Amino acid sequence: MADKVHITVVVNGVEHHHEVEPRLLLVHYLRETLGLTGTHVGCDTSQCGACTVHLDGQAVKSCTMFAVQADGCSITTIEGLGSPGSLHPVQEGFWEMHGLQCGFCTPGMIMAAVDLLNKNPNPSEAEIRHALEGNYCRCTGYHNIVRAVQYAADKMAGKVAMAADD
Amino acid sequence: MYTAEFAYKKATSVAEAIQLLQQHPEAKLLAGGHSLIPAMKLRLAAPPALIDISKVAELRGVRREGDTLVVGAMTTYRELETSDLLKAHCPLIPQAVYHIGDPMVRAKGTIGGSLAHADPAADLPASMLALGAKMKIQGPSGARVVEADQFFTGMFSTALQEGEILTEIHLPIRPGARMAYAKFPHPASRSAVVGVAVVVDGTEVRAAVTGAGEHAMRLTKLEQALAGKPLTTENISAACQGLLAPDHLNHDLVASREYRAHLVDVMAKRALMQAAGL
Repeated sequence: MADKVHITVVVNGVEHHHEVEPRLLLVHYLRETLGLTGTHVGCDTSQCGACTVHLDGQAVKSCTMFAVQADGCSITTIEGLGSPGSLHPVQEGFWEMHGLQCGFCTPGMIMAAVDLLNKNPNPSEAEIRHALEGNYCRCTGYHNIVRAVQYAADKMAGKVAMAADD
Repeated sequence: MYTAEFAYKKATSVAEAIQLLQQHPEAKLLAGGHSLIPAMKLRLAAPPALIDISKVAELRGVRREGDTLVVGAMTTYRELETSDLLKAHCPLIPQAVYHIGDPMVRAKGTIGGSLAHADPAADLPASMLALGAKMKIQGPSGARVVEADQFFTGMFSTALQEGEILTEIHLPIRPGARMAYAKFPHPASRSAVVGVAVVVDGTEVRAAVTGAGEHAMRLTKLEQALAGKPLTTENISAACQGLLAPDHLNHDLVASREYRAHLVDVMAKRALMQAAGL
């Protein structure tokens, strides 16, 4: 077996140290070593986006990088985004707008959407669709997913709360 | 899917990367990994060692040196897309990059990784040829510079020799030049079935195509047809006909040779119309 490599990563705010085989993919490190199974393996060929996590603030496909490449990095997975009692606005948007059916693509879809809103808080519908090109949903179609992201953008801009007050 | 086993080496400088390549001649350089890792997962590639150069600081970023923009080979697509220097002096690159893959791919993929890989369907090679870019290559015997026209030599083949690393891409600043990229994306992978880049610099037209043949190439017939002519709709339409013979073009499930030849004409026209503001 190839020599193991020591890595230090911060995942959802917690520092981890592990000796890993170089060929261990980041997604398997997250799911099997750390037990964070919210990040999904979909196509395993860099296309579907179900494995999307944030690496130093950028959305990446965790099936297309090795855990050793994340050494020294800070990672956020779906588990680090919100909690059942306090959902992230994008999670709330998927809930409110019924942005999922089977839910398999949802963690990656949400991580990609959060990445978009971090960079562009007020995206057009075309910009939302362009930003989600790397995330495949095979059951609902994308209409409600786009509405969920729009809901989140409004919520983060304070517009949803204002509407509720009316 | 798991790749075959390999040893992992992380380089912190170009000099160290060159040294590691000499120690591990069968190793592959790891940049963004978005071509290499999928190939390794499918066991199409099984290098015994990977030398990670993605974090080498001297290989990252865009800077201006006189009338040239110097782009580090490990600059990511995302960094190219958002570079103020490129937006101001070479908007062709951010425009072409915007349509590469998806945001996650653009966060990891690098310009040098793509050019060195020389996938016949990669987007940026066409822009390199249309712009007249130069490739700085470093190896154990020093540095050399290769013109983009001499860099792409075949399918997945470049002028890079064993032990060498593509370190910088030099883009000439062309004040006042108008430029555009038009692409027909593959419906699933978003790579270029055909992509045409054009640069209109005064009366000179430079154009190149990717996706059509074994490697990106200049559209010399188009360049000659439009040389010195005003870019009117009539002139552009007349020039964009039968630019490439189908015989030696790529063919696959998505596009036959004949359809690709047709797409070259259509994409060339779209790029020129956009560059001309028509």
